[in-house]
Amino acid sequence: MSYTITLTINRVPRTLELDDPRITLLDLLRERLDLPGTKKGCDRGQCGACTILLDGRRVNACLALALSHDGAEILTIEGLAEGEALHPMQQAFIAHDAFQCGFCTPGQIMSAIGLVGEGQTGADPERVREGMSGNLCRCGAYRGITEAVVEAARAMAADGQGRAA
Amino acid sequence: MNRFEYVRPRSVAEAVAAGAVPGSAYLAAGTNLLDLMKIGVARPGRLVDLNHLPGLDGIEHQADGAVRIGAQVRNADLAHDPGFRRRFPAVAEALLSGASAQLRNAATVGGNLLQRTRCAWFQDTASACNRRDPGSGCDARGGENRLHAVLGWSEHCIATHPSDFCVPLAALDAVVEVEGPTGRREIALRDFHLLPGTTPERESVLAPGELVVALRLPAEAAGFAAHARYAKLRERTSYAFAVVSAAAALRIVDGRIVAARLALGGVAAKPWRAEEAEAALAGAAPEAAAFRRAAEAALAAARPSGDNAFKIELARRIAVRALTLAAAGTPERLPALPASPFAPLSGGRHV
Ligand SMILES: Cc1cc2nc3c(=O)[nH]c(=O)nc-3n(C[C@H](O)[C@H](O)[C@H](O)COP(=O)(O)OP(=O)(O)OC[C@H]3O[C@@H](n4cnc5c(N)ncnc54)[C@H](O)[C@@H]3O)c2cc1C
Ligand code: SF4
Ligand code: FES
Ligand code: FES
Repeated sequence: MSYTITLTINRVPRTLELDDPRITLLDLLRERLDLPGTKKGCDRGQCGACTILLDGRRVNACLALALSHDGAEILTIEGLAEGEALHPMQQAFIAHDAFQCGFCTPGQIMSAIGLVGEGQTGADPERVREGMSGNLCRCGAYRGITEAVVEAARAMAADGQGRAA
Repeated sequence: MNRFEYVRPRSVAEAVAAGAVPGSAYLAAGTNLLDLMKIGVARPGRLVDLNHLPGLDGIEHQADGAVRIGAQVRNADLAHDPGFRRRFPAVAEALLSGASAQLRNAATVGGNLLQRTRCAWFQDTASACNRRDPGSGCDARGGENRLHAVLGWSEHCIATHPSDFCVPLAALDAVVEVEGPTGRREIALRDFHLLPGTTPERESVLAPGELVVALRLPAEAAGFAAHARYAKLRERTSYAFAVVSAAAALRIVDGRIVAARLALGGVAAKPWRAEEAEAALAGAAPEAAAFRRAAEAALAAARPSGDNAFKIELARRIAVRALTLAAAGTPERLPALPASPFAPLSGGRHV
């Protein structure tokens, strides 16, 4: 049996035929839609590498059944830049050297944008660290990550961009 | 993961009818169910998706002061609901101490209640596990079991219930509203999860097909709002399950405790309400000596189920810590690291 769902992915509405009910949003993005920016670290909710924005909220794509999210809007790392202009969070990650190998980075950036939208931490590094604890970095770039998120949170607040992602 | 049939009911009645078909499982966010399906521990023949059902995602503050929370309300939305957080701060703190922000954005009230144990042997299909495969034995008993139960366990199963959320719910007399093939019923949260006894495969009192539709906290529970905390000890700073935890709630009048509530997490197959401890606190001054006596009473029946004798003293200490924090008063704003005994209230740093 096959299933038809619609998803808006990085602002583009798409109608998708799924021949298998088991597919997660992560596998859908990576294996079928040629959007491999979202990473698969653990596939079990334990690392945050697969973080995307689902209807504006950060979630783990590895534990989201695609069929269950029929009608949703998805934003991935590929949808952040506008042409050559990087999102402020991307810029801040570069400015603060907030990565080494880069594997966790798309998940970190999507999570950080979700965090700013949630509006619970402000630019308090203590709260930012806790709010980002769902994203592991094996290279240990945490210090730069916290600095980048704090700076971008300030910039986005000043810009009124907090909720818009 | 096994293949399954996918069903998307349009009403609670349709969901319950679909859920009553043998082999069915309800799918909420899937953060526990899909995980267990990936490793072959859960193998439902069909998934009944609760995500498009109307009427399960509201937080209603009722006229009599109770709050009714739909089963599909997301953990983060409940924790951040201003009215809820103000009236039931220990519940919000417990929610925010669990998992990660991403998981809390997805995870539901119903799914949190019904999440399965994190026992490693339960998760390994090559191991003997009475809970997963009744009668097969329990490999945790002779294995790595330092995080297993110290209260209410049996020789058939020594697993713990992993939820943080359920701990203050047990302390505050939450009620679970259930709809099933034979109609509606209500179950006190304290009676909802089952101790293993000889049938560890029976984890809750839900009958096949029964659906949790809502959770209710009585008005009385809000009477503890000024002195209510959750404390949780983890093996790393954040994004980890509790080794032990405690929810404490006090009503203090003229320097005396007039009512006390205490429940422990990470110690048993259910959230553990400690009524003996509550009795020991009634009428006492909110001071260290009384808290220590209460903790002794709470753990009086505890015994190690393996290499975990240390958890008994740790549970006493987390109980004392939660009571001490509660007595000091609920903070205006939750600490940066909710529920952590290492969290500074403001301005400080943790590593
Ligand atoms: C890495 C990681 C870390 C975590 N850390 C913590 C932690 O520190 N503290 C903590 O408390 N939790 C933690 N969790 C667990 C998390 O809280 C649960 O996975 C989540 O609450 C389950 O909710 P869900 O909506 O995803 O449920 P699902 O996975 O969809 O369902 C779970 C179970 O409940 C059943 N179910 C769901 N809704 C209903 C209903 N309405 N009626 C009847 N049955 C229902 C399902 O059939 C299934 O058996 C962690 C999870 C992960 C993956
Ligand atoms: S402790 Fe319980 S869940 Fe763990 S292996 Fe033994 S029977 Fe299974
Ligand atoms: S890949 Fe999803 S959390 Fe690790
Ligand atoms: S930069 Fe390598 S894992 Fe984070």
